[in-house]
Amino acid sequence: MKLVVCVKHVPDTEAKIVVGADSKAIDSADVKYVMNPYDEFAVEEALKIKEQVGEAEITVVSLGPEDAQSTIRTALAMGADAGVLLKADSADLADGYEIAKALAEEIRSLGADMVLTGKMAIDGYGHQVATMMGELLDMPVLPTAKRFELDGTTVTIKRDIEGGRETVQADLPCVITAEKGLNEPRYPALKGIMQAKRKPLEIKEVALGSGGIEILEMTYPPQKPAGRIVGEGPDAAAELVRLLRDEAQVI
Amino acid sequence: MANILVFAEQRNATLKSYATEAVSEGRRLASAASGSLSACLIGDGLSALTEQVKNHGADEILLAEHGDFVNYVPGAYATALASAAQDSGAEVILLSSSAMGRELAALLAAKLDASLLSDIIATNWAGDHLEVTRPIYAGKAMLKVAARGKPVIVTLRPNVFAAEEAAGSGSVKSLAVTPTEADKRVRVVDTALKESTRPELTEASTIVSGGRGMGGPEHYPVIEALADTLGAAVGASRAAVDAGWRPHTDQVGQTGKTVSPNLYIACGISGAIQHLAGMSSSKVIVAVNSDPEAPIFKLADYGIVGDLFEVVPALDSAVKDLLA
Repeated sequence: MKLVVCVKHVPDTEAKIVVGADSKAIDSADVKYVMNPYDEFAVEEALKIKEQVGEAEITVVSLGPEDAQSTIRTALAMGADAGVLLKADSADLADGYEIAKALAEEIRSLGADMVLTGKMAIDGYGHQVATMMGELLDMPVLPTAKRFELDGTTVTIKRDIEGGRETVQADLPCVITAEKGLNEPRYPALKGIMQAKRKPLEIKEVALGSGGIEILEMTYPPQKPAGRIVGEGPDAAAELVRLLRDEAQVI
Repeated sequence: MANILVFAEQRNATLKSYATEAVSEGRRLASAASGSLSACLIGDGLSALTEQVKNHGADEILLAEHGDFVNYVPGAYATALASAAQDSGAEVILLSSSAMGRELAALLAAKLDASLLSDIIATNWAGDHLEVTRPIYAGKAMLKVAARGKPVIVTLRPNVFAAEEAAGSGSVKSLAVTPTEADKRVRVVDTALKESTRPELTEASTIVSGGRGMGGPEHYPVIEALADTLGAAVGASRAAVDAGWRPHTDQVGQTGKTVSPNLYIACGISGAIQHLAGMSSSKVIVAVNSDPEAPIFKLADYGIVGDLFEVVPALDSAVKDLLA
């Protein structure tokens, strides 16, 4: 079985975001980059599938800058077999559809029975690339999986929807996106880290089109005026509720 | 002149609150561009919803009804929506940033060979194209983007755009759509809706959230009581979810849900940057925390320093007094 996992190299959730001098991208100088947390769940699930089916090859694909190799190496250290970096600068906030086309083309040439990735990347918050990829590859997409089951060639996932939970099914080949809670990603062991250095990692240049969008300006969110401490302890409750009704008008 | 198409999301023949928001935003954009607004309803037995969509300003309602559409079928819904896009000749197609909306938007983008701008919080026309704003890095920055391609697909963040009644001519046109076998490859085999009296987090106008300061799962009834008095949803920080006190569905933050209610009450939440990222666009923020130096107080409009187990019940009774 051939499994492809798409991972993205993103600023850590605790990173302070500084708008760059050109106001079109962040200043990445002091930012720690990590594997997109949702993609970690996808890598872990691929490893579990390999354990379940026995014979499987896991290829990790990332579209991003040169540095994204470290994220691919992390996945290799966890246990994936091979990596491909589709090298493109300023991929962070690039048009999702252009990214989906580039990834789909690579996956088509690799061949895949299953494509796994995170439900979204925590930098751009697009929630779109995986689904587009499925459509471009003519594969059904099972999004935001919190439970995963492979039975023969049938995949069943459970996912949260507004106000409830859905159980969704499709046959291989298909695309699955991972939601937090799907599994507990393993930490790479020292042995894995050593082995990862010798695993194949191919780098290919890709040229991303701008698609139908043009980035105009990156700004900070509007600053709110400083709030105030209404008081201390339960005695302040009545005054707070009065303010919420009369001043803020939200009760 | 630019025509707008809105996907008006429903489940169980009930229109979602964010669907009326999307229709209203569509009305504003269509009027500003002297265009017309089409709204697409997909499901079965939805004629009762057409009036509601019309009353939010739709000039035309494209009704795609089929026995196979009772429950959500991603491929089939996407095919129906693509046919509505073609029928309406829309330059801008609006959906909501909901589980269904996000998925359909991406499927539609690939079908129409169009770009998708996700989770938008502001839109305006700049000449013949749309400019939109979207939060990135979980709201730590904002990105203004011009939509150069036509058509362009946009998903709107729930609870941001005002739902307004507006007169639309609201003529109803049935779209004949027959799902293909390929459309039905993703099979929804079960939908279990929770019997909850509380609103859904992303749709709630008020949220009461509890963090590490809650001390354990057994203490959540304290904030649930306040939530129920306010008709609010209950949220949690990552600390509370990672500790196993609350389900991940309740998590607000960069690796959880992004919310923008009118009122967000953070109880025992210190305000880690990844939590702030998920709720900083709330209109009014209240913090209750025993540590006066907690970062949450920098973001909060109103704060009370104190033990949440004393303050929250006092808030509950003060609200009850007010509503009595």
